[in-house]
Amino acid sequence: MPRTIHLTLDINGKAHPLDVEPRVTLLDALREHLDLTGTKKGCDQGQCGACTCHVDGERVLSCLTLAAQVEGRQVTTIEGIAGDDGTLHAVQKAFLEHDAFQCGYCTPGQIMSAVACIREGHAGSDAEIREYMSGNLCRCGAYNSIVAAVRDAATTIAAGQKAEAA
Amino acid sequence: MRDFSYTRATTIEDARQAALQAGSAILAGGTTLLDLAKCGVNEPDELIDISHIRGLDGISVGESEASIGALAKMSAVADHPLILKVYPAVAQSLSLAASQQLRNMATIGGNLLQRTRCPYFRDPATFSACNKREPGSGCSALGGVTRNHAVLGTSESCIATYPGDLAVALVAFDAVVDLGSRSVPVEEFFLEPGDRPERETVIAPGEVIIGISIPASAAARNSTYLKVRDRQSYEFAAASVAVGLELEADGRIVKDVRIALGGVATKPWRARAVEQALVGKALTEEVILSAARLSMEGAVAHGGNHYKIELAPRVVARALRTLGGLA
Repeated sequence: MPRTIHLTLDINGKAHPLDVEPRVTLLDALREHLDLTGTKKGCDQGQCGACTCHVDGERVLSCLTLAAQVEGRQVTTIEGIAGDDGTLHAVQKAFLEHDAFQCGYCTPGQIMSAVACIREGHAGSDAEIREYMSGNLCRCGAYNSIVAAVRDAATTIAAGQKAEAA
Repeated sequence: MRDFSYTRATTIEDARQAALQAGSAILAGGTTLLDLAKCGVNEPDELIDISHIRGLDGISVGESEASIGALAKMSAVADHPLILKVYPAVAQSLSLAASQQLRNMATIGGNLLQRTRCPYFRDPATFSACNKREPGSGCSALGGVTRNHAVLGTSESCIATYPGDLAVALVAFDAVVDLGSRSVPVEEFFLEPGDRPERETVIAPGEVIIGISIPASAAARNSTYLKVRDRQSYEFAAASVAVGLELEADGRIVKDVRIALGGVATKPWRARAVEQALVGKALTEEVILSAARLSMEGAVAHGGNHYKIELAPRVVARALRTLGGLA
């Protein structure tokens, strides 16, 4: 009998009870146990960034995070960044406008990484975007459009924050 | 990944006790432990998660030294305004390592305990011989593809390169690892492989890293970390160097200089011969080039990594030119 542990995970603002073996990663918990399949499994080895999620607002790799480690923390996945009414996040809109993908498999990870990259203040120039998005690989090579989308979304978000402050 | 049991430690004392058990392993950020577990290199029976212990992630920068808690994240230290100002090479060594996702996960204590590893070590399914994994089984790298293997500090048992960046900067500035009951200079914390490559640090069962401290110095304040690699980002060093430089009041003569190398040695490598050749001299192109060449004293190539013996002195020289205003 495999030993299972009982966890309650806070994902996209909702509590999810879960019984899993201790070795189950956050990525597998999301995809195989909670039907949140937006987060993608690429390398499953911490090298490609397809599985990027946010834990307490910071981007991490869910393939190298145990589900057990994030109990008591707030997890956000690609399913949780649009508005409650379905309004897309500024980064999602920018990816559509700039056609920042081809096959789309790396896109959820790219978008989660980009949302955090902008929030961290690491999207100030194309060079900075390239450096701070380097943990997300795109086998189709949509990099130029991804950089354009992140730059555009950063500008939109900054303008929104300025309007809000005024 | 083989199954294991999972325990969440609430105090360091819990963690120390649990870590005394054979087959147990401490889990912090998990970026190297879980990676190696997936490769089948690590097969722990029990993981002790210390990432929920409070109060171990502090970063404080005082007059005489900086103290960084073991659970501080790489990204937090890399972006800390006072670390950037007082220890720029330390901040740069972190921001040039891994990716932002990994830096958000990986802790400073875990960074120091990442395995010294090579592709043969990481692939037990294909390469059964690895003295580091299985003492006495041989070395698959010798005679294999060695482009990124070490040229300094190697032995007949192992030529894996120490892969980290942070410890290279720490060694340059005489940082110390706090293990609670004892403190060890980072330079002595790491071991050369010799005939026991499975042992990479002096940490003993039941010991847990509490934090590190870095003495303040004028050299640390005027420092840089230069990392040359095959890809511009998210890649290990082909050769890297942490350099700190203090000039005499005349602005010409070297008063203090610290140099440590990464990407070329089996442990973070302090280049004292280079330092000694520079102290008391004015920094000229000739002085820099002849001193930098001393960084490769005793280097041994293993086929594909011969280029490192040419590359590393050039990396040292370039960093010295930058800091000395000759670039």
